[in-house]
Amino acid sequence: MKTALTSFISGIVFALGLGISGMTRPIKVIGFLDFFGSWDASLAFVMLGAIGVYFIASRLSRTMRSPILASGFSIPKRTDLDARLIAGAALFGAGWGLSGFCPGPAVTALASGATPVTAFVAAMAAGIYLHGWTATSKTSGSRERAGALQPTTDA
Amino acid sequence: MHNFTPIPSLAGGILIGLSASAILLMNGKVAGISGIVDGILRPVKGETLWKSCFVAGLLAGGVLLKIFLPNAYDFGVVRPYSMLVVAGLLVGFGTRLGNGCTSGHGVCGISRLSPRSMVATATFIATGAIVVYLVNHVMPGSL
Repeated sequence: MKTALTSFISGIVFALGLGISGMTRPIKVIGFLDFFGSWDASLAFVMLGAIGVYFIASRLSRTMRSPILASGFSIPKRTDLDARLIAGAALFGAGWGLSGFCPGPAVTALASGATPVTAFVAAMAAGIYLHGWTATSKTSGSRERAGALQPTTDA
Repeated sequence: MHNFTPIPSLAGGILIGLSASAILLMNGKVAGISGIVDGILRPVKGETLWKSCFVAGLLAGGVLLKIFLPNAYDFGVVRPYSMLVVAGLLVGFGTRLGNGCTSGHGVCGISRLSPRSMVATATFIATGAIVVYLVNHVMPGSL
């Protein structure tokens, strides 16, 4: 139950971070991606702040035998580059640039009650299921879901 | 460069980093939002509770923003529904195919110096920039 509480509080802090940083505003995201227009570098500072803190936490975690509330770390270990990684990132980036939303800010902004956000999140859920179906039809369902239990995926 | 907000963006980024750090150091997990949402939509044993609680936290935080920082929802740009639906499908499918999004690859993975996450992040920023270039500068009149 303690891990559930940690997750809930972390979710709140994450959402506040997204809101304060400007990530919940597509104009900021699109401004960051608009390198050939009036570029808004703000989101580089979001990454700087987040990576700066998490870099230290990541180093710290390597000195720990286990996390404070669980029996082990579940961290991706893959280092190979494959076509799925690059194709997936490319498709995601296209959708991100098109809308100005990525998953975290979109879920957070559901609380705004704005219908366009709801439409985006519904389509995102459909995209996740669509991937599940294509992956299942290729691998008979076993490899994908078994893979999800092991620390082999990135996120 | 108008609308430049380095201080709030840095502060928000630090909060995001602290949240992801808590998930790592307390629970031993990666705070990748696309993976967390996937874990709720397609439940995996042992993963669903913490992921559901995290998303509940995101929504609770979203409500706090609505009350205390309403301009967080001053979207500025709202694309037509047809475009938002295509974008949502691309984001949902693409993040699962590529195993991560801005949080999992862009924050957690880069901080771990993961080559996969560095390549993924460079790729999604590049295709995002190409799409923004096309929409804003090549065919701006079509919107």
